[in-house]
Amino acid sequence: MTTNKRSFLDALWDFCCSLKLTIFTLILLAATSVIGTVIQQGRSPEEYLRVYGENTYRIFEKLGFFDMYHSWWFLGLLTLFAVNLTACSIKRLPRVWKTVRNPVLTPDDGLYRTLSNMEEMVSKESPETLKGKIAEFLKTNFAAARVTEADGKTHFYAEKMAWARFGVYVTHASILIVFVGAIIGNVFGYKAYVNIVEGTETSRVWKRGGSQPTPIDLGFTVRCDKFSVTYYEGTMRPKLYKSLITVIDDGVEVKKDREVIVNDPLKYKGIVFYQSSYGPAGDPSFVLSVTERATGQSQTYNLRQGQPGRLANGLPFRVANFSENFQNFGPAVRIEIMPPGEPVRAFTVLKNFPQFDAQRGDDFIFSLDDYQQRQYTGLQVAKDPGVWVVWIGCILMMVGSIIAFFMSHRRIWVTLVPLDGGKTGIKLGGAAHRNQAAFEMAFDDFKKNLKQELNS
Amino acid sequence: MFSDQIFNYTTLAYFIAMVLYISFIATKNKNVGLGGNIAAWIGFGLNTLAIGWRWYESKSLGYGHAPLSNLYESVVFFAWSILLIYLLMDLKYKQRAVGAFVMPFAVLGMAWAQMMPDHSKSIQPLVPALQSNWLTYHVITCFIGYAGFAIACGASIMYLIKVGKEEKSGGANTPAGGILSMFPSARVLDDINYKAIMIGWPMLTLGIVTGAAWANYAWGTYWSWDPKETWSLIVWFIYAAFLHARFTRGWVGRKAAWLSIIGFGATLFCYLGVNLVLSGLHSYGGG
Repeated sequence: MTTNKRSFLDALWDFCCSLKLTIFTLILLAATSVIGTVIQQGRSPEEYLRVYGENTYRIFEKLGFFDMYHSWWFLGLLTLFAVNLTACSIKRLPRVWKTVRNPVLTPDDGLYRTLSNMEEMVSKESPETLKGKIAEFLKTNFAAARVTEADGKTHFYAEKMAWARFGVYVTHASILIVFVGAIIGNVFGYKAYVNIVEGTETSRVWKRGGSQPTPIDLGFTVRCDKFSVTYYEGTMRPKLYKSLITVIDDGVEVKKDREVIVNDPLKYKGIVFYQSSYGPAGDPSFVLSVTERATGQSQTYNLRQGQPGRLANGLPFRVANFSENFQNFGPAVRIEIMPPGEPVRAFTVLKNFPQFDAQRGDDFIFSLDDYQQRQYTGLQVAKDPGVWVVWIGCILMMVGSIIAFFMSHRRIWVTLVPLDGGKTGIKLGGAAHRNQAAFEMAFDDFKKNLKQELNS
Repeated sequence: MFSDQIFNYTTLAYFIAMVLYISFIATKNKNVGLGGNIAAWIGFGLNTLAIGWRWYESKSLGYGHAPLSNLYESVVFFAWSILLIYLLMDLKYKQRAVGAFVMPFAVLGMAWAQMMPDHSKSIQPLVPALQSNWLTYHVITCFIGYAGFAIACGASIMYLIKVGKEEKSGGANTPAGGILSMFPSARVLDDINYKAIMIGWPMLTLGIVTGAAWANYAWGTYWSWDPKETWSLIVWFIYAAFLHARFTRGWVGRKAAWLSIIGFGATLFCYLGVNLVLSGLHSYGGG
């Protein structure tokens, strides 16, 4: 019974550590992630029903395809990925730690045989004189060596960048750190939004996610003094969305008239406000001039949208519609003249072309002198105390993968064996844990230089 | 614009390089291969000059942003990145035949860019969302990553052709004859595949990280499972699988080559397909 249990645990552990599981998980993550890019995420049930029909909708709903990246099975896959990562590291790290902390200082023939870079030579000089020479040579040509004497032999061990072996574990750990940061952000932070009409203030924002946005109390007040859009000259291409924001905490204006633009958010007490959208708030009001063609007399009207005015001849009219940029001609109003008992006469008046309406040939010529449209600014609001953990993870990921890919732990052993007649047998070998080809060339140079040094 | 003309000459140079590389395989004449290389270097020089000039033109227009802001600019930068990585690898491996399988990517990209309508090619000022230095870092890192994968893909296609032939003729000891004799050995191709991904993968990682940093700075969310983000992660997963597959037997060679080709297919979809087929935050595909 116990052996059974033991072997089951062993099997489970081996399963968690296996590289096959890693490859399997990575490919499965890649393949399943595609689903959420094809099916739009987080839409309303009505929309899904329309697109997919009832039966498919039910199946997709069950499988969590509409919020796929937070579904139990996708989070399960990510967990499996994290477990695999951790298990692999736990299994391999002690061995690597040992290689780095307790390197083989006294290599035997068996070790030399396993090295792909190996050389043997004989020197006429005695081991005693060679000892200093070799130590000096290693120091100038490779790295300072640790010298060990055993069984009459002298062993040198020198290494470079032993820490490079930890690069891969730094990378693995960094992924877990990013996960931790993401979890912290999800548990202790929130994503929200708020629309503030120019000249008004709020201390509440609306949390995203869930079926209904829920209010969050900020603990301070945010006022939008003004919102503006500017365009590149001569085009309708937006150049700048700008909100002037004032933060009021405990009755004190702690930040006054701070410009919040896209790519430059406002931060206060760990809560960050991002310029995100804008729109009209309430009906706009207009200043219109109407000139009577026959008399040349002009009259000015101040009207809100839909509010009726009366022309000099007594006919009622109103501004039926307004566009801030009508077919790229700039601001325009749709005017409706409503003669009683006759069909409505409707036409468009452009603010930037005041002469334009004269061409209509009507008795009254309209021009739009000015308009006022109060705007609201739409701000994204985020609190994410985990974001720093994520960045630390990202930095470690970069550092770790550069070390793992491009740094190599290189080791060189030299053994002096006393021979008959005061001669010395020299054995040297080297190994690199990455980029063997480059090390091979370096080792060849090392060999050549050593020979020259000994013969000189 | 003057930079457009230089881009035209770049395309021509890349095309000549491609033709010469292919002729090199057919003729086995070393000089032809060298000619291909010279044309590739000239094209790369012109490409660099054209991008620099376009930047200068953008400054003269009073905008002054790096030419990395729309589809046209990204395609010519992709070609530049491919040449950068290819020429760097060529300095190390000196395997001219690889050029015949890599240059087509650059030529196709440049030719496509040349065929775009004028309004896509014109220099436009940046909309507010793109007004950030993160744009430059993000685009450069992503595209050097993509370029690494392009070269890995070219080498993998060659590997699959070559290894089939080698196995038929009985192992690597008797090299495949005919046109294939100009191909590097399967071992070298496998190595080029691996090395190119070794450059590409950390660059893609950095591209994803800079993208996340920028998203966090602009919107307050470093990750929102937007299709583009998700596809970049899919590509990242595939190549992560590739890198780990190197450590287990049975996943090197053929399987690795296929994984590399699939990875590049996913990369292309991430770059272009997402914009053309799916909807999301990266909308340059429309322009």
